Amino acid sequence: MESEQIDTAREDSPAKKKNMIKAEGVKVWYDDFMAIKGIDMKIRTNRVTAFIGPSGCGKSTFLRLFNRMNDYVEGFRMEGNIRIQGNNIYSEKINIEQLRKEVGMVFQKPNPFPKSVFENVAYGLRIQGIKDKQYLQDKVEASLKQVALWDEVKDGLNKSALALSGGQQQRLCIARTLAVEPEVILMDEPTSALDPISTSKIEELLYELKENYTIVIVTHNMQQASRVSDSTAFFYMGELVEYDKTKKIFTNPEKKQTENYITGRFG
Amino acid sequence: MMRRIKEFFIEKTLLATALLTVLVTIGIIAVLSVEAFNFFKEVSVWEFLTDTQWTPLFTDKHFGILPLLSGTLLTSFIAIAFAVPVGLSISIYISEYAPRSFRKTIKPVLELLAAVPTVVYGFFALTVVTPFLQGFIPGLSGFNSLSAGLVMGIMIIPFISSLSEDALHAVPNSLREAAYGMGSTRLQNAFKVMVPAASSGIIVSIILAISRAIGETMIVAIAAGQQPRLTLDPTVPVETITAYIVQVSLGDVQHGSLEYRTIFAAGITLFIFTFILNTISYRIRKKFQEKYE
Amino acid sequence: MDQVFKYWGIFCTLLGLVLLAIFIGSILVDGVKRIDWEFITNLPSRKAENSGIYTALMGSVWVLVLTTIFALPIGIGAAIYLEEFSRKGKLSSILEVNISNLAGVPSVIYGLLGLEIFVRVMQMGSSVLAGSFTLALLILPIVIVSTREAIKAVPQSIRDASYAMGATKWQTVSMQLLPASFGGIMTGVILALSRAVGETAPLIVIGALAYVPFAPSSPMDDFSVLPIQIFNWISRPQEGFELNAAAGIIILLSITFIMNGIAVYLRNKWQKKLK
Repeated sequence: MESEQIDTAREDSPAKKKNMIKAEGVKVWYDDFMAIKGIDMKIRTNRVTAFIGPSGCGKSTFLRLFNRMNDYVEGFRMEGNIRIQGNNIYSEKINIEQLRKEVGMVFQKPNPFPKSVFENVAYGLRIQGIKDKQYLQDKVEASLKQVALWDEVKDGLNKSALALSGGQQQRLCIARTLAVEPEVILMDEPTSALDPISTSKIEELLYELKENYTIVIVTHNMQQASRVSDSTAFFYMGELVEYDKTKKIFTNPEKKQTENYITGRFG
Repeated sequence: MMRRIKEFFIEKTLLATALLTVLVTIGIIAVLSVEAFNFFKEVSVWEFLTDTQWTPLFTDKHFGILPLLSGTLLTSFIAIAFAVPVGLSISIYISEYAPRSFRKTIKPVLELLAAVPTVVYGFFALTVVTPFLQGFIPGLSGFNSLSAGLVMGIMIIPFISSLSEDALHAVPNSLREAAYGMGSTRLQNAFKVMVPAASSGIIVSIILAISRAIGETMIVAIAAGQQPRLTLDPTVPVETITAYIVQVSLGDVQHGSLEYRTIFAAGITLFIFTFILNTISYRIRKKFQEKYE
Repeated sequence: MDQVFKYWGIFCTLLGLVLLAIFIGSILVDGVKRIDWEFITNLPSRKAENSGIYTALMGSVWVLVLTTIFALPIGIGAAIYLEEFSRKGKLSSILEVNISNLAGVPSVIYGLLGLEIFVRVMQMGSSVLAGSFTLALLILPIVIVSTREAIKAVPQSIRDASYAMGATKWQTVSMQLLPASFGGIMTGVILALSRAVGETAPLIVIGALAYVPFAPSSPMDDFSVLPIQIFNWISRPQEGFELNAAAGIIILLSITFIMNGIAVYLRNKWQKKLK
């Protein structure tokens, strides 16, 4: 695993750090059930990091800690701390709305708002109070171009987003996230509800996006993890079993459990 | 920072609207208690509960709630005795016999029965049902609890049929299949399996219907008469608690007089009855929900 | 036996509806010839054949509008609080029990509340305002319950998406949940208002009059409403007034059924959209 010390990086340094996210001693409970049993982890800036593991292993829970989406779950409790760009995101002082602009999220099932294509992408800007029409239009166009959806929807920006195909909807959801210029994009099995062609489009997209964004992706699909990610973390029963370069994990894992999982012997 | 303040302010405003509902309850209890308390300073609780006459508007005043109570219970009993078998049969028919598509159309149509203003039902009872029944029951008075109760029954049919049908509908299909698998007929399945399984929902629907009948005002005020009478005879005029409140309100009763306070004493009696029924049904419903969660 | 019960079920299902249809039919036969433009525009009168429903109709319109203005923001606000803001705990369970109980309080009791609080203590008299406040409290539980159902029906994924974009609770409510549940909320509101239009007892208790010479022109005026006018005509012995009552009922039922029809239409449309 990473070798450098946390202390060497000043907490408020403006330059981009090598590690975007640092988790220390993270434990999570839902009422009495312990979902995360103490995880330390660093996630590299401008890389794609994949979380793999069987259902219920805690990978989604862990992902949702980074934008505090677990806060609304009844009975949620957490210990330890998570720093993003040096800021402890679970401190009292943190502004959750601001955090979520920095850390965007794409969900398992495409969930566009029941509004027009345009309003979907503009939503994040509108809630920041931006009203400048020209700026909104430029931003919407740029975001849709980034996800290669512009040509498909430019004539129907005012049509309902629900009329798009599943794959288009998911790219729209990614565009919606990009529009607010986040640092990190969390993806919770973003292609599990899509057909193979739509899936490959999104995988290509990930490759381009990582130049500018730090991406963390939860996936059930081993091939996908090996195709798109730089590093892979294997979770099992609420623990981080192994975390290394993707190539290493898939060719020569250290742990027996990891090997069993990626070769399909369980899960 | 501005946004935080705005959010805080909005949340507190919304909380205030929710708390207003508590204030309404407190207001109801306070108003009824204060005026009823003043009433009981002049009339003993004992007299109120045991005297068999209610004549506050006459010179020979008696303040016994029993005649009003008997009128209320008699009309409600007739309504429930009519509405429960009919409403339950409807709910069983819709959930176990009728085609699925029928359910979607018939439910809103049946609910129209509950949407008809009660003053209209009162007119129906007075001008149609009573003359019709007089053809069979020669001694039937022009105002009587029988036709008022029956028409009230029609009004509350959808309360029973709709809620009971929801309860039957919520029973897992596996139970139904198991019963049919054992060779049950539809009728056996309905009464031996489905009704017991949905019993708490059905009981809730009946309790709510009773509460509705006890509190119903215009039908009885129009068709049952305005003569407080301690009787179980459905063919003669009676007066319910609610009808009495309307009767006094229509007259010119001085604020602060004993007559004025009688409507609050009557009101608190009514409120206690419906409150108990509503609380029981709420408890059953909560328990029922937990079972399925 | 099975077949017997089937026919019995059909009989029961149709029983209430057939009785209602017979009744409406007979009223239509009696009342429809009484309805003309003068019946709608005439003031009430001692003579049945000159009497009209103008003042009562205007009273109903006034009460309906003001009731909507009072009940809508409070009812929707309380529903939003309960669905989106409150956390499980003592307060939320108290609110929950309370609203369920209010929904079961007989309407005549709301009349007693209005009589004491609005008419006497706040000195509004038996005015349109006092009547509207009373009816607003009466329909509040219905508005709250139906609004909660509508908000609850919005998929959780919409909330997740909005929060994940950095929206605050209120932004999520006002920009996503309310627009998405609008159809459902309107359905409930219209049903509640159709109930308010037909309410008689609480307004009699607060002292709304059967005979008002003029239509109200301000919220502080005395008033009557359609059902009270009908009730008044029913209780008069002369033949002609019964005819008036039948005619008034036709108008009242038309209003009620149209409102219910709109509500059912909106609900179907909204449910389709939600899927």
